[in-house]
Amino acid sequence: MDSGTASASRRVTSEAVGTSLPRVDGIAKVTGRARYLDDLDAVGAWHGVTVRSTIPHGILDGLDRDPAFDWTDIVVVTAADIPGQNVITLIELDQPALVPVGGTIRHVDEAIALVAAPTRARAFAAARAITARVTPLVPVLSIEDALTGPIQLHGADNVFKRFAIRKGHATDGEIEAALAASAHVIDSVYRTSPQEQMYIEPQAMMAEWREGACHVTGSMQCPYYVHKAMKPLLDLHAEDVIISQTVTGGGFGGKEEYPSMIAAHAALLAKVAQRPVKIVYDRDEDIAATTKRHPALIRHRLGLDALGNPTVIDVDVVMDGGAYATLSAVVLSRGVLHAAGPYKCPVVRIVGRVVATNHPPHGAFRGFGAPQTTFAYERQIEKAARLMGADPLAYRRRHALRAGDTTATSQVLGYSVATDEVLDAIEQCAGTPPVRDGVNASGAPVKRGRGVCFYFHGAGFTGSGEQRLAGRATVALAAGGRFEVRASSTDIGQGAITIFTQLAADGLGVDASRIDVIDPNTARVPDSGPTVASRTCMVVGGLVEAGAKLIAARIRAWAESVGRAGSIEDLADDAFGALGPIAETTQYTPPPGIAWDDATYTGAAYPVFGWAACLVDVAVDLDTYEVAIERCVQAVDVGKAINPAIVKGQIEGGTLQALGWAVLENVVYKNGKVANATMTNCIVPTFADAPELETIIVEVPYPFGPHGAKGVGEIPMDGPAAAVANAVALALGVEFDELPISPEVVAQRLGGQS
Amino acid sequence: MPKLTLRVNRQTHTIDCSASTLLVEALREQLRLTGTHVGCDTSQCGACTVHVDGASVKSCTMLAVEAEGAEITTIEGLADGDKLHPMQAAFQEHHGLQCGFCTPGMVMSAVDLCKRVKAPSEPEVRTWLEGNLCRCTGYHNIVKAVMAGADGMNGGKP
Amino acid sequence: MTAYVRPADLAEATRVLADHPAWMILAGGTDLMVHAQHQPVPVGILDLWRLPGLGGIDARQRDDRSWLRLGAGTTWREVIADARVQHALPNLVAAAREIGALQIQARGTIGGNLGTSSPVGDSLPVWLALGAEIELRSVHGTRTVPYADYCTGYRKTARGVEELITAVWAPVPATGTRLHWRKVGTRKAQSISKVMAAAALALDGDTITAARIGLGAVADRPIRATAIEAALVGRRLGDDAIAAARAALAIAPITDVRSTAAYRHDVAANLIARFVAA
Repeated sequence: MDSGTASASRRVTSEAVGTSLPRVDGIAKVTGRARYLDDLDAVGAWHGVTVRSTIPHGILDGLDRDPAFDWTDIVVVTAADIPGQNVITLIELDQPALVPVGGTIRHVDEAIALVAAPTRARAFAAARAITARVTPLVPVLSIEDALTGPIQLHGADNVFKRFAIRKGHATDGEIEAALAASAHVIDSVYRTSPQEQMYIEPQAMMAEWREGACHVTGSMQCPYYVHKAMKPLLDLHAEDVIISQTVTGGGFGGKEEYPSMIAAHAALLAKVAQRPVKIVYDRDEDIAATTKRHPALIRHRLGLDALGNPTVIDVDVVMDGGAYATLSAVVLSRGVLHAAGPYKCPVVRIVGRVVATNHPPHGAFRGFGAPQTTFAYERQIEKAARLMGADPLAYRRRHALRAGDTTATSQVLGYSVATDEVLDAIEQCAGTPPVRDGVNASGAPVKRGRGVCFYFHGAGFTGSGEQRLAGRATVALAAGGRFEVRASSTDIGQGAITIFTQLAADGLGVDASRIDVIDPNTARVPDSGPTVASRTCMVVGGLVEAGAKLIAARIRAWAESVGRAGSIEDLADDAFGALGPIAETTQYTPPPGIAWDDATYTGAAYPVFGWAACLVDVAVDLDTYEVAIERCVQAVDVGKAINPAIVKGQIEGGTLQALGWAVLENVVYKNGKVANATMTNCIVPTFADAPELETIIVEVPYPFGPHGAKGVGEIPMDGPAAAVANAVALALGVEFDELPISPEVVAQRLGGQS
Repeated sequence: MPKLTLRVNRQTHTIDCSASTLLVEALREQLRLTGTHVGCDTSQCGACTVHVDGASVKSCTMLAVEAEGAEITTIEGLADGDKLHPMQAAFQEHHGLQCGFCTPGMVMSAVDLCKRVKAPSEPEVRTWLEGNLCRCTGYHNIVKAVMAGADGMNGGKP
Repeated sequence: MTAYVRPADLAEATRVLADHPAWMILAGGTDLMVHAQHQPVPVGILDLWRLPGLGGIDARQRDDRSWLRLGAGTTWREVIADARVQHALPNLVAAAREIGALQIQARGTIGGNLGTSSPVGDSLPVWLALGAEIELRSVHGTRTVPYADYCTGYRKTARGVEELITAVWAPVPATGTRLHWRKVGTRKAQSISKVMAAAALALDGDTITAARIGLGAVADRPIRATAIEAALVGRRLGDDAIAAARAALAIAPITDVRSTAAYRHDVAANLIARFVAA
């Protein structure tokens, strides 16, 4: 069902912004002309394949090559071939590009050697002809073992990173006292499962060395992350590393940090092979070796007074970081910053830890820690509403944050708080809840239920991240009356190119067809920051808009100086003749009054939040215990929809990923190895599993975003899983505090009785 | 290498090809028709869907030699020069794509459906396309696009 | 280099197989091409796709009974579209609709599913419930084997290395026979089965006079629930039959990446109970 736009803002009138301009990259994609990495003509390129560990923990004693194998035309690379430091530079410098002989294997499917050959088949055969000699060590394969077991993988306590947020109290004793003084305490433990991003284009990268410089191109979200990682690894100066993005077939966080690893491998092979080397992962390899959403274990205690008002929130979040630190600290940070939810509460303690295990590293995935903690708090709020006999939406409305209220980090919300708008939107289209008992199309009895949730998501980098990053983007005048947008923000399907086109066209006052968004290449575009954190439109889009306005002003100033009149479109070509390729690069500046204290984790965690509410109707088949999502409505506040169709597409896609996570997706580890590493067994929803999605765009503008826009990419992922769990709990009268709510779990909770 | 003659997009090609070569490999690697994509190794994703004698087939489930004598159409053969096929136009117009990787397979499956069923219902579209996975869109806009594309194929506005 | 033969007729096909029993026998390829890049390259391929003599669905009389003979090369799409199958074997049609997705139904064949003989093969429990027989042919002649004797173990069958699966013979159920099918997969489409159940119930009024029940994905091969079949005879549809079926269920499924033993056991019981409900 298509639904309208509930706009709380003054309608911005312009040619481009606010219209559903068809995707700029659409024609190439519907005709098959778009070239993804594996589609590029790569004359003379060899194929790279990774040799991987088969044990979760141990010492790599040696690598043996099968003497019976024909090694002609095969290039083998080991850690000994790395010209610089054997490390994939990210937050910590703990992850090697290749485990060296004598070094420690820390997870199954860790890279231990590389091969390249003229054909993929030969490369696979060569990889199979290399055997690792290892001394196994006892692995750590659960959060509990990491916290309490004897094996030390990281420091003395296996904790990669910890955070603590305190509001309204100074000591732990005060928390216990506040809980003791509460009329009710809802004390529950929640578990969420790892989730595979399952972009349909597998990871792919190609490297080539020319005149001492290393050129890497491929499927990625963040060219400058790869750039930063390649310099120390290859011992090169910045200008000798050139990273460019090819058309990218989805990312969802999965192509945020891991591409640096593949880039490293391709670059090393290309150096030794002295020719281009292409690495395209098999789907199975991609599922087995690359990052997933962090599994989490969350204890949430919610204290209520006799009237049902939250008086204390105490959350303990533990995430499984896997074998290396990767982005876990930042994922955990976002997780804890969202853990109290968008609710008023005077006393809050949130403690977060991310621990080292011998699982393949967990990493970025849409929502970035917030879906895990949102699941916990929205289950808690549901239980509180039920305990108080309150209507679930009314209870949320009563206790939700509004402008002027403070969050868990004591951030005073000033503007763009859309609590009432999103709750109104859901309430207005809710209709009658389903009748509890029924029969489905298979003739099986079903129990139906309706669940809701209300949630928020911080837009942009956490805390002072955007200031530190100081992202830059350029708008330039080009020949032929055209304009260029240059930024390292990538289009991974989310529509960045189209949004930038619209914002630039609007800022310049020209038709969208005049804009060229330049392919991200570190030699040609400034670092506008990574394509993550729902920041591309809000932060980088704002820079594009600002740059466009500056260029327009310079053209008008020139026109005035020479006595010309006319539109920017009319003037552009002559302006280029007179002024040349003038360019304006703008840099991010934070909104006024934003202050964050990293030491105490207090202040403005985010410049602004997006707000959302979700309604889900489920039917549980009592013969098979399958949960069918019969209806899903999402009302999401995005500030301003620059391109409503693209915004709706982001919400719909994120929503289905969330529904999949709720009921059917899972990554099954067995002895540290992904046991379901095929697309057949690591399942994502098909057309048949997807309900018709009802999406309501809410616009409560952010004064410092382009046309009022804030983030949209991640928020739809956060809430639906809790709404599903709330609906199933109501339908069956049994609590579901773990994800996924698989048929097996439902069967177990119902005691195997239909 | 044995020679193999394939009819692809109304043209005849003779290629060197082993009997064990998959159709998708021949199309991509030898004919360089790279719009047909590979997203898995288990016949799941549907990104490699092409038409063999008009019927949609996952080209990873078929050997190239089996396609000898058949009329094969890939995504590159759908448009008439610069004029998009109505289904392609509908995907573009109705935002039936995001990252685009599944799109060629999705479009090929949809065209096959709409040749068989003139005005498919929404459930028919969803059933017909359940062999094509998309991770970006939540499928919503793809359904809208296919229904619009069906209109377009019947002479309406895509 | 892989040899490749596309025979002109069944006689040639059986001759080629007699000469090259180790060759890959290819029908629609929907199973065989999975992970093709990591499989050993076959020595030779005997391509049966669209082989004349392997297709077609015919009504036949044999042993004083009416049968449908379904050629092994029949695709699932053809099964779904055939009016006689829809009328006589609706549970086979229901199973066919849930195999893979439409592209797979267009290539996957009856014979291919039998040849692979996976414990999760989606059509196989139906053959058990229908009492179907498998027709095998080699240069030495033709024989039929009841499906119940055909699958002899985990991906093991009674097919000799020189034999081709040429058809399935399905007896046309007597009027009034209740036919059932339900597949429970990992999701609603393109899924691997976690539990499958098929049934044929002969009735006198609402009393069960004979029952055949096939189960899939609960053992190393498709199995008949013979204890339940026996327990159901003489029971009335409804609570009487449900209680008898539940009490007689004797399966020992496994836990794997797709499901658990307990779930498979419970759901198999529930599916059969639903089949014998009033």
